[in-house]
Order: sequence, then structure tokens, then C-alpha cells
Amino acid sequence: MLSPAQLEPSKERSIHEVVGTVVTHRDAASGYRLLELDVPQEALDCRPGQFFHILCPVDGQSQPFLRRPMSIFGYDRDAGRLSFLYKVSGIGTAALSGLDEGDRLNVVGPLGNGFTIPQNARHLVLVARGVGLATLAPLAQEARRLGLGLKAICSARSPEHLMSIDHFRALGAEVIPVTDSEGTSDPEQLRSLLDGLAEADEMDMIYTCGSNRLLKLCQQVGRDAGIPGEIALEQQMACAIGMCQCCVRPFRRGGAVVQERVCREGPVFDIQEAMEW
Amino acid sequence: MVDLTTRIGALTLQNPIMPASGTFSRDMAEVFELDMLGALVTKTITAEVRGGNPTPRVCEVDGGMLNSIGIPSKGLGAFLANELPAYAPYRAPLIVSVSAPSIDGFAEIVSQLNLPGIAGIEANISCPNIEEDGKAFAMRPDTTARVVEALRRETDLPLWVKLTPNTGETVEVAQAAEAARADALVVANTILSMAVDARTRRPKLGNLMGGLSGPAFKPIALRMAYQSVRSVDIPVIGCGGISTVEDVAEFLVVGACAVQVGTASFINPTAMPRLRDDLQGFLAEEGYASVSDFIGSIRDGAPGDAVRFMEAAP
Repeated sequence: MLSPAQLEPSKERSIHEVVGTVVTHRDAASGYRLLELDVPQEALDCRPGQFFHILCPVDGQSQPFLRRPMSIFGYDRDAGRLSFLYKVSGIGTAALSGLDEGDRLNVVGPLGNGFTIPQNARHLVLVARGVGLATLAPLAQEARRLGLGLKAICSARSPEHLMSIDHFRALGAEVIPVTDSEGTSDPEQLRSLLDGLAEADEMDMIYTCGSNRLLKLCQQVGRDAGIPGEIALEQQMACAIGMCQCCVRPFRRGGAVVQERVCREGPVFDIQEAMEW
Repeated sequence: MVDLTTRIGALTLQNPIMPASGTFSRDMAEVFELDMLGALVTKTITAEVRGGNPTPRVCEVDGGMLNSIGIPSKGLGAFLANELPAYAPYRAPLIVSVSAPSIDGFAEIVSQLNLPGIAGIEANISCPNIEEDGKAFAMRPDTTARVVEALRRETDLPLWVKLTPNTGETVEVAQAAEAARADALVVANTILSMAVDARTRRPKLGNLMGGLSGPAFKPIALRMAYQSVRSVDIPVIGCGGISTVEDVAEFLVVGACAVQVGTASFINPTAMPRLRDDLQGFLAEEGYASVSDFIGSIRDGAPGDAVRFMEAAP
């Protein structure tokens, strides 16, 4: 076993390996779990869009070897709290889901480049579905801190499946729910919704995460209306610090396709440079 | 305080802990003070710009991981312009890992690295991913000899040669490198492996096969380090699955004079500083005043040549 001696975060460094304590761990929307940790303040110098690399516990059922990257759902430096919203989808998240209150969890972060908020922006718009909304949630927290308006277009199969809308509302965001069952979430409807916001001068920056269809839509809207945007991307990772080069994705830049590390150059990228997957 | 300084030929390291090539970059300075390391080892650089392999480039297995990164490289020019100057502030010696697809190419890149700021060369002649026909130089003694001879002609810097586990001739390859005047051996690189998703029936790596690293690989690397120490007189640097202080100690006991830590840094980015501190504690507990007294202290009953040339389990 490695000694835990050096797990005290250093104030001079930006990436910290720390052991947090589970404060809350409960079911959120269907199939999703909300995990809240108590962690040392030094590890909470976070920005929206950043992520942590989580050492999923080894239990009697499974032994996940690599860490799992997970975007930050919420952070509160003063309270020493860090939260994640995740879906149980493999052996790592299954092992994670068994953690009880009071259990300890080793996390590394904060990692990566977060979202940018242009200096002259007044109205931010985010559009996402499912767990993609978790990644964008800290933007609402930041928008409130900066006194900016934020509209969260939350997409889901049906109204019962809408995630995080109470969370967004509590952070002062204006939630626009769209669902498949009500026929409000298809690309044409979303396109006219977004075009309307652009025309009304209520969209200075657009953010998305997690869906090819939404990426394509936001690229089109952004290009046509001249509105900048960003997307948070995922990729399988090993180190998450920039060393191993495993998490590259292709991006369009300057007429060529370039490979960039999601962990280090991302996970947030210019929406026009992102490529569908 | 236990004296952790260790010598690798002409180089003296303040402690025997250093990163394994490919698992380290200057990004690590955001986690801990890099000058606590015995040495800094770059990711393998190549003369040309290389894109690397298709994704997925890694997958996990029980007790380890497979990788087929494929040596993406920004090329020698970018290394000399951007990376080398950025390493200047660090006191820890900088070891530059290099690779090339041919002997001439290898010699050419090494000839351009006789520069201030570079303390040594690690010749990655064992990477399983990029050699033509899939064979690495380090798989055979004759190709090892030819490439190391060519590199030796081009540099007076300490020349470390990284061996591969993908050979049945560990001892012969180690001796060929020594005969060609390598200054040290790094034992070893990853072992060629495979994983398949049983449900989708697809290989888990984009490149189909890749190198196994991590704790599952450690006994193989330890066996090779032991065989190498027994068969050459140049220093051996252990590498393969080292995650705990006991792992470090095992390699030192069989005679490695330093160790490289790779995959463990992916699991615990603070692994290397913790291993350095834990080694202090371990050696103090065992009653050693210096790491050099502990190196090679194996109680194996001093067997003869049979151990050196053993390539099959008895």
C-alpha cells in the first residue's frame, strides 16, 4: 500500500490528489446518483466545466483499475463541498454507487480547462440532455455569481425524465423544458427556439454537452447568428493530467484536422471546432 | 536520514525514483515539485511528426492496463524549440527518450541531442507498436547490437537502452546492449497483450493489441531485471508495475540501482513523491543507512548460470 502521507493538498499547485468523505449519496433522476463529498478547500478552486478523476472503490464484486473522469456537478469552496451527478453504466460507476455516507473517496482535480464566459456577455444559453446537463450545471452557479442571465434548455424523453431542472431553477436559471413525448425536443423545434433567442438578442454564448444532435444544431445556430459557443466533450482517459496521450479527439482547425487531448486542451472546446462522433 | 543517492554509471541521482517514459510530462509540475525526482524522463520523441494510433488507446484489465498510444510526437524540432528550454529550470537530470523506425534514423536523432540540458539518452528500442513488421530491435541480440553500436558512435552522453519483454532472449539481448557499450539497461517496456469485449466481440484497443503495464506485469519485469543484473556488469534500472514501496524494494533487492514508475502515477499522481518518502521509511525500518547497501542484497543462494538463461518456468 502507498502511504497516505502526502495527500495534504499543496497551496502552490493547481491539481490535488485528496481523500474526500461522502456526505450525501442518493438516487437523483431515474438511473442517476448524486454524490456529495466533503473535501479540503484547496482542491475546490474550480471553474465550471472542469472535472475530477475518481478512484472508484474496489469491492468484492469488481476491481476497476483506472480512475474515472467525472465532470463537476457543483462545488462550494467555503463549505468544502464537491458534488457529482452520474449514471451507473459500468464497473467503475457500479462500484462507486455502493459508497455510503462517511466512506472515503480519493479524487484528483480540478482538471482541464473550463467554460469561458465572454466579458461582454449578458445572456448565456445552455442546451443539453441527460447527464450532459450535470456538466453544464456549474455554469448556472457562475452566471448567478456574475449577475448574468442564463437560460437552460433541458431536454428529455418525457417530463418525468427531466433532470436537474429544480437545481437550475434554484441557481436562478430560467429553465425551458423540452421533451420527446410532448414533441418539443426535435431539431426543428429547438432550432426555432434558439433562433428566436438569437433574434431577441438573448443569446450571447451557447453551451452544450453530450449529444451529437445538439452539437450539430448549436454549430448551425451559432454559425448563422454569429454567436460563439462551447462544448464539453468526453473521452476515455488514463492519467487525465496530459501525460499519456490516450484521450485525444479530432478537431477542425485552420482547414486541417488536429488531435487534441480532452483532459488538457479540453474538456471544453470551441463548438465550431468540435467534430461529431 | 537514509542516504537515497544512487549511481547509474557517470550519473548520480538524489534518489532512485524516476518516471517511466510515456507516463510523464511537465504537466506533472501541477501536482508536485518535479525536483524531488531522481531524474526526469521524457515521452519518446521521434524525428518526424507522428499522429499516434486510433482510439481507444487504453483499456483496463485486472490489475493493470493495456495501451497502444503509438508514440504521437510533435517531432524533434518542436522538442528542441519548446520542451528542452522548458526543462531548464529543473535540477533533476533530464533523460530524453528517443525512437526511430531505422538504425540510421535512430543515429540521426541521437546525433542532434548532444546538447546542454540533456543528461542522458534512453533508447526506446523496445516499443512494440511501431517497428516495421511488428518486430522491435530489442527482440533480438543482433539488431540490438547494431542499433546500440550506431547510437554509441553518435553520443558520449549516458546511453540507457530500454529492453522489451517481447523476447525469449532476455539475457542475450542484455549482453548485446552491454557489448555495444550501452551505459545502462532499463528493464522493461510493456508486454504485448490483447483484450476483447465479450459482448460486442470487438478488440478493446483501436490498434487491436497493445502493451500491458501495471501490477499484473510486475513479476515479469522483476524476473527480467534479475536476469539482466545477473548477466551484465552495467547498471540496471527496474521498470514494470511498480506501485508500492515493497515493489520498489523488490527491484532494488534483485540489483536494480533505480526504478521507473509509470502506470502507478495514473492511479495516484502523487505516487512518486510518496514512494520516495516511503522508501526512506522502509530502509530505516530495515536498518539500512543507504540505499546502495540495500541494492543487490537478494538472498537467492547465489545460483549459477542456470538462472541467467532460464527462459521457461522449471
